[in-house]
Amino acid sequence: MLTNRSKVVVKKEMNFWERIYLPAILGGTIITIKHLFKKKATVKFPEVKREISEVWRGQHVLKRDEKGAERCTACGLCAVACPAEAITMTAAERKKGEENLYREEKYASVYEINMLRCIFCGLCEEACPKEAIFLTDRLVTTDYGRKGFIYGKDKLVEAVDKRIDVTKRQTPEVLEFKKHKLLSHNR
Amino acid sequence: MIAFLSYKALLVLIIFTITLAVAAYSTYAERKVAAFLQDRIGPNRAGPFGLLQPLADGAKFFFKEEIIPDVSNKTLFIIGPSIAMLTALMAGVVVPWGNTLWIGGKEYLLQIADLNVGILYVFGVVSIGVYGIMIGGWSSNNKFSLLGAIRASAQMISYEIAMGLAIIALILMTGTLSLREISLQQAGGIGSDWNFWNIVYQPVGFLIFIICAFAECNRTPFDLPECETELVGGYHTEYSSMKLGLYLFSEYINMFISAAVMSTLYFGGFNFPFMNDIGLSSNWITVIGTAVFFGKIVFFIFFFMWIRWTIPRFRYDQLMNLGWRIMIPLAIANIALSGLISLFVHR
Repeated sequence: MLTNRSKVVVKKEMNFWERIYLPAILGGTIITIKHLFKKKATVKFPEVKREISEVWRGQHVLKRDEKGAERCTACGLCAVACPAEAITMTAAERKKGEENLYREEKYASVYEINMLRCIFCGLCEEACPKEAIFLTDRLVTTDYGRKGFIYGKDKLVEAVDKRIDVTKRQTPEVLEFKKHKLLSHNR
Repeated sequence: MIAFLSYKALLVLIIFTITLAVAAYSTYAERKVAAFLQDRIGPNRAGPFGLLQPLADGAKFFFKEEIIPDVSNKTLFIIGPSIAMLTALMAGVVVPWGNTLWIGGKEYLLQIADLNVGILYVFGVVSIGVYGIMIGGWSSNNKFSLLGAIRASAQMISYEIAMGLAIIALILMTGTLSLREISLQQAGGIGSDWNFWNIVYQPVGFLIFIICAFAECNRTPFDLPECETELVGGYHTEYSSMKLGLYLFSEYINMFISAAVMSTLYFGGFNFPFMNDIGLSSNWITVIGTAVFFGKIVFFIFFFMWIRWTIPRFRYDQLMNLGWRIMIPLAIANIALSGLISLFVHR
């Protein structure tokens, strides 16, 4: 009786009108015919895209900084945070002359996310101390084989001339939360 | 004589084409109506509003691999769907699709054959239709098919009795078995010629008839023969390609024919209200009448689909209970009552 929606079952004999069922069937037909004129729930997909949330957690992006250098330092915190173990990476040392490519001395030479394993929880984004990985409102496209779902840096790193806007996911609350370095999440 | 025969042959061809077209578009309508009643929009990719969907389905049926099981009786396996299709198409012969057309002083009857035992012919042909299902289920040599076929034949035989008894009450009233004469008796309707359709005099008979028609056409709530959730398709489990197509098609044709018979017997056939008052020539009245008749048929086909998404399937014992212990006594009572009333009240 917590919700006040429980009904006491009464097993009473049906009277004549109930037993011939026709009034009930008529009532049923009226209900179904009403649905004929209802607004349809279908979204005609390729032509009409379903509206998604601004902070939708879709395909990841590896951000570059203002100068176009990759932010990721291959610290591996995202891979540790990932509950689905979808992220793998190989670290490498920055050579001389690559300063415009990588922001710090260490970078990820290989960075792979298995999109079939990923559950799009966003913990990688929360764990990242360098603001390098973000989830975006893009959908992961379909493929014929499993191999196609292992996204490497070619698909994850944003292009220099085609930056991907993630400001929607950096809400003031999130930024404020990330400042508290004492919290275990951000240590 | 040759002119007469060629006219009849042309009429047969036209009605054959219309029947197939209606059956093809019933599959489309089935999916559309199902979708709309479930707040979806249904097939919409093949052509505008998905109107070419039946053609695509038909082409698909022809191109599918045709499998005849090794253990089946191959002759009967092929005869099964042929009988189902043949009998379904044959029933359309006696349906009066319209009144007469007068062209150049000659009378053209919009009915292939005006048999004086029209209803009996329909019943005879429909009961042969059971053989198509029975043979198909038996020759597949598959447990599920056989179960489906047994269910189907038991169901169809049981409900045919109640259906026949419901018709007897109507025949008592009309005094004829010819479908054309029954149609003509209902002429007039609202207007100067005060005359009601038979539904007004035989509401209980119509109710029994339409319930039995649902059972005869294997439509929900009586779709036990092919209930896909229990019998993986019932009697046509082993069928593939166009032979399956013929079974599905014959079912839709049966639906079309039973809608036509229902409109003829109880809903005035090709007659419509005010037909004698609008002052058109008889040819125009006939043309409009045929259109109205098809309108009635379309409504009944829609009704079949509408009910499909309203009522769930019966359990087998409930089905038999309804057929033997409710429908048949009710039909007999209806005969007795109609007989008494027509004895005392002369129309």
